[in-house]
Amino acid sequence: MDHPSPQTPAPTPTNRPSPNRSSNHSSNQRSTDGRAVVLVDGVRVPFMRSGGHYLDLLAYDLARSAVRGLLERTGLEPASLDRVIMGIVMQNPKTSNVAREAALGAGIPNSVPAYTVTMACISSNQAITSAAELVASGQADAVIAGGTESLSDVPIGFGKALRKKLYQLRKVESVWAYRKLFRGLSLSDLVPRTPGIEEYSTGESMGEYGDKLAAMFGVSRKDQDEYALRSHQNAARATREGKLSAEITPVAVPPRFDPLDTDNTVRPDTSMDKLSKLPPVYVKPYGTITAGNASPLTDGAAATLVMSEQKALALGLTPKAYLRHYCYVAQDPYEELLLGPAYAVPKLLDEAGLEPGDIDVIEFHEAFAGQVLAVLTALGSDTFARDKLGRSSRAFEVDMDILNRWGGSISLGHPFGATGARLVTTAANRLHDEDGQFALVTACAAGGLGHALIVERYEGSA
Amino acid sequence: MSYFRYDKTDGVATLWLEQQGSDVNTLSEAMIDEFAEMLDRVEQQPDVRAAVLISGKPDTFVVGADIRQFVTFDDKDEVRALLRKGQAVLMRLEHLSKPVVAAVHGPAIGGGLEMILACHYRVATDSTDTTFAQAEVKLGLLPGLGGTQRLPRIVGVTTGLELLLTGKNLYAKQARKAGLVDALIHPPGLHHAALAAARDLAHGRRTRRRLTLSWRDRLLAQTPLRRIVYRRAQTDVDERTYGNYPAPYRILDTVRTGLSKGMKAGLDAEADAFADLVLTPESRALVNLFFLQNDAQKNPFGAAQAREVDTVGVLGAGLMGSGIAELSTRGGYDVVLKDQTMELAAEGKGTIWRSLDDSVGKGLRAFERDVLAERVRPVADVDLFGKVDLTIEAVPEKLDLKQQMIRDVEARTPEHHVFASNTSSIPLKQLAEASQRPDRLVGMHYFSPATKVPLLEIIRHADSAESALATACEVGLKQDKTLIVVRDSPGFYTTRILALYMNEGLELLNEGADIRAVDTAMKQFGFPVGPLALFDDVGVDIGAGIYDVLADLFAERGIDTSDAARKMVEAGAKGRKSGRGFYHYEDDDRQGVNDDVYRFFGGGERRTFAKVDVQERLALMMVNEAVRCLEEDVIDTPQDGDVGAVFGLGFPPFLGGPFWYLDTRGAGDVVQRLEQFTQAHGPRLTPATLLTEHADTGRSFYAS
Repeated sequence: MDHPSPQTPAPTPTNRPSPNRSSNHSSNQRSTDGRAVVLVDGVRVPFMRSGGHYLDLLAYDLARSAVRGLLERTGLEPASLDRVIMGIVMQNPKTSNVAREAALGAGIPNSVPAYTVTMACISSNQAITSAAELVASGQADAVIAGGTESLSDVPIGFGKALRKKLYQLRKVESVWAYRKLFRGLSLSDLVPRTPGIEEYSTGESMGEYGDKLAAMFGVSRKDQDEYALRSHQNAARATREGKLSAEITPVAVPPRFDPLDTDNTVRPDTSMDKLSKLPPVYVKPYGTITAGNASPLTDGAAATLVMSEQKALALGLTPKAYLRHYCYVAQDPYEELLLGPAYAVPKLLDEAGLEPGDIDVIEFHEAFAGQVLAVLTALGSDTFARDKLGRSSRAFEVDMDILNRWGGSISLGHPFGATGARLVTTAANRLHDEDGQFALVTACAAGGLGHALIVERYEGSA
Repeated sequence: MSYFRYDKTDGVATLWLEQQGSDVNTLSEAMIDEFAEMLDRVEQQPDVRAAVLISGKPDTFVVGADIRQFVTFDDKDEVRALLRKGQAVLMRLEHLSKPVVAAVHGPAIGGGLEMILACHYRVATDSTDTTFAQAEVKLGLLPGLGGTQRLPRIVGVTTGLELLLTGKNLYAKQARKAGLVDALIHPPGLHHAALAAARDLAHGRRTRRRLTLSWRDRLLAQTPLRRIVYRRAQTDVDERTYGNYPAPYRILDTVRTGLSKGMKAGLDAEADAFADLVLTPESRALVNLFFLQNDAQKNPFGAAQAREVDTVGVLGAGLMGSGIAELSTRGGYDVVLKDQTMELAAEGKGTIWRSLDDSVGKGLRAFERDVLAERVRPVADVDLFGKVDLTIEAVPEKLDLKQQMIRDVEARTPEHHVFASNTSSIPLKQLAEASQRPDRLVGMHYFSPATKVPLLEIIRHADSAESALATACEVGLKQDKTLIVVRDSPGFYTTRILALYMNEGLELLNEGADIRAVDTAMKQFGFPVGPLALFDDVGVDIGAGIYDVLADLFAERGIDTSDAARKMVEAGAKGRKSGRGFYHYEDDDRQGVNDDVYRFFGGGERRTFAKVDVQERLALMMVNEAVRCLEEDVIDTPQDGDVGAVFGLGFPPFLGGPFWYLDTRGAGDVVQRLEQFTQAHGPRLTPATLLTEHADTGRSFYAS
């Protein structure tokens, strides 16, 4: 499917007429200066609501299928890989280096090293930028970078008190000592715990914060429901038109082995009427985030092939895009838990020397409709720009027409560790579909973290 | 309009409480009047179906009534009339035809809480800034705008009584649990949530909270069971206050009247009780202390003079040292905690961690505990003191040891470093002899347990630079302390007046008094702990050491220092820490009297003393010495003397402190009593010259 085009000249890091407005190349700036880094392609397994089709699987199974699908799609000889990197949030202790298990399971030679990264909802973004760094610095030529998550299989465990006793149990020799050991445990210590969804440092849940954030920026319930509706409509249209099949690798999994090739998270039939009837879930009774305007619990995996341009071309592959500049930011997890993109986007545009008008495609992670709209408000606000960014005027008034045209995490689902790789892949595919040059990928993450990345369409390809 | 701003959205009026010319909202007659006009407006506008009451100030709702106004009250009928008027406005609010929703962010204290109790639905933010308290009892008062009536009807009799009698704070989540608040929301969503609730009420999607008792409360408050409920509450009050404070009893009566005879009778009883209480000496003393403490929470040298402090060094990781270190980390400082060995220093860190851990769930998150504990670095030497800006030493009270510490620390620390000694009695002049930078030497005298006792006594010696003092004060304020600044002299202020007071306790033992009788008498007088039990808590050896430092002073007073304390120490009865002193201790809990120590005080034969004689001999000893301290400029003002005695030594708050007590009782009466004592017990009880002067002129201390 790809045609070799070895004669394509290696472009400069940003081939814009006057790229670098920013004279300040601070140490914070991260770009893939050095060797040109390309995204050859990316795929994902269909995203499924948790507790559904993937209930019998581990995150490793999903990752393995995604990696296998990517190898098939690109035709890359696995032996030419230098590294496999996977992101994940809820690790299963049996497959704690899930990248390695998935790589071995997918038939990648055991001589290819693999490692796993975690950075909350931007884990696979970190996987991809780590891959880009390895490639740019000449340490690798071909890396599979992606992520996986099964929220159907979160590691349910016991509390610290019981875990401590169970550890001490190994040394117990008599029944008497055994009884003594368990004295002092309360009944509640015996109840298994699901992993906390609260921020460890603040004790506040993501949803509580999202609800607060929406209120901080005056985003109404109606605005949020309308945004959610748009996300579902976009995803449904993209699915119907076959746009998403470019990124989906079909699977058939135990126990029923139904052929799965579309996401079951999208609700094509939802409406304002249905959405407005849902009760708030995090802040009761007067909060605004509902099950309808938040991203659903999802299982899924995604993988991308990141290579040096030179090697890709030498192997006869046609890259889809360049991976250009990127940055990570962090704020106070209490005050600005999910506001990362409002800081990351202006910073990245400055570093890349791009204007908002240069951006043709935006792929924006949708944790909650309220969070997306709050961040967009912040980006378009002069006050926010002055008070928080030290800029004289608004950073970015986003044109909704270029934002998440094929749906987003609210409609397509949000397997924490895999979302970033989906965003990057979709951004590249949309650049081709919409005939754009630059795409902006941005996402927030727990811990007050944020990320933004510039993807540039690869000119040599279809 | 200077208290409220009115606006209207979709048929709901919003009453923004925004007291002009003030950072916070306070309750006053003028505010209530304007509130009544607001209610008129809500009622009269036909297109308004409901209203929201919310604060326009960033972080407070209503901090309570304007207390300065209380001081001016002198006529019961006027006070009663004022309250009735306020009660009537809130009664009107309760029965308003249109529903009113209270939206609370920040403290809703006293009258602020009473306002929202009369609303029909209460939404509060889940912020830790949001607190609720009916704190009037702390000022010797009771809520006067229906709080005694509505609170028990909303949260139940048991919780209601507890809140009214202790004046304690409820955080938002606790208030939600108690039923005081109907819904919680994040701060930015407060107004929206309240508007939504108001619309729900107006359209009948939600029903108004009625002020009716639950069946459980009816059982507790309106059947013979009520005797048990009120008797238990009364016993608790008796045990806590020894009957020294009239307010809790009036609160009990008022609640009882209202719940058995109805709201109207309850409100009348409440207005009567408030009018009575506000004129009592107890309330006047407590109100005065409230103002004094506010003043003592400011830097007397000005924050601008203080050097920036990032790291505090603490020498000695025992109970006192680790307490100071905990206060410092809570105050935002990095702490280097030094003891002789790593083991001792690390154990000090353990003490801090356990103490912080006790606060988890009570306003502190586990993560914050970790951050605070992590800031404390235990060390066994002064290598890390290069980055220390202020050191507080809490090593044993030995002059040469403290001097060695000064030399060691000064050798490592930067020029601007302040060395603060936590000595309770050794004059700084003597410590300064070892110092290369005596201008950077001050005293910071904490009281055990340092994390609980509010006072910090700052000591200035002849060479202390103002910037060093300002820095020490600033650190003290960050540690959440109430400050007084005193002049360097043996025993400073607090230790000196306490030593004479405690010595009088020993004199009584010598004369044949019973240990428990002395302690009980002083607790009934209003001290939190008796003098002999206090000896045990401080350590009999430490107490004996103070005798040495104050030897000259004692001699001057004609006190024949008994060496009983020293003999007790030799016999191993060092107090709580050794398991026995004047009392026995088991697992750190005080048990019975240790009769064995009577052999150091003239044998086991004990006799009974008139309680009032015991109380007055001890208390007047302290009061008289406080006057001498003022006379000798050890303290600058009588107000400082009162702050020091009440917040450092537990001098009975309802008496207002030694000087307030003198002014209330009259110097003449006290002089007379001291003269009687002098004749009977010796010259140590001779009235101070300044006291006699005041007795002669009839001038009050506060007026001078």
